[in-house]
Amino acid sequence: METGVLRAAIVHAPIDVSALVARASHERVGAVSVFIGTVRDLNDGREVSGMEYEAYEGMAERELHAIATEADVRFPGVRLVIEHRVGHLTLGDASVVIVAAHMHRAPALDAARYVIEALKVRVPIWKREHYVDGDRQWIDPTATPVGGR
Amino acid sequence: MSLPVLLFASYADAFGARTVQVPVTAPCAVLDIVAALRVMPGGDRLPAEPLVAVNRTWVEASALVVVGDEIAIIPPVAGG
Repeated sequence: METGVLRAAIVHAPIDVSALVARASHERVGAVSVFIGTVRDLNDGREVSGMEYEAYEGMAERELHAIATEADVRFPGVRLVIEHRVGHLTLGDASVVIVAAHMHRAPALDAARYVIEALKVRVPIWKREHYVDGDRQWIDPTATPVGGR
Repeated sequence: MSLPVLLFASYADAFGARTVQVPVTAPCAVLDIVAALRVMPGGDRLPAEPLVAVNRTWVEASALVVVGDEIAIIPPVAGG
């Protein structure tokens, strides 16, 4: 059975979750964990109509692959399939899908968690929220929200 | 002499361009490029120590760049 990083890609088209699950699955695997990041309708109290994702594509794909490789080292035997979508997404669309398959559940769950947490701090991708009122704004997770959190 | 620098997202909006020519002489340090950028129009919206990548790899402000390097100033990342 092939293990490690089967796919780590930045894509422009809608993500086909079941195709990614099928790619990671294998008859010798006993656990498949799937993390799906989706566009939600409310952020800091503002009504969101959609989200625009931009990536430094050459570096983002390389960094995504590096993170997946680290997960493979931490959780030997894992099969990883990862896609992050860029472009304009609407409510409920999947922006990122991480599939981690393993013989056992703990490494399958932990590997998916490892990838999403590292992705959020290291992969050069940005998102601009579009609001129902017509305004739009780049999201800065390092900024202190008004009134604190 | 100048070096091309890649900008993205909010930084591209600040400078009104996805690539800017920064007046520095290579080889120089990343922090020299950032300092030159900060006095250009739109540069006031750049933090003192932005994230920087050279040849698609994260680097420290003290890193040296040479002619031909791919230099990118990276806004706070927000993937996922």
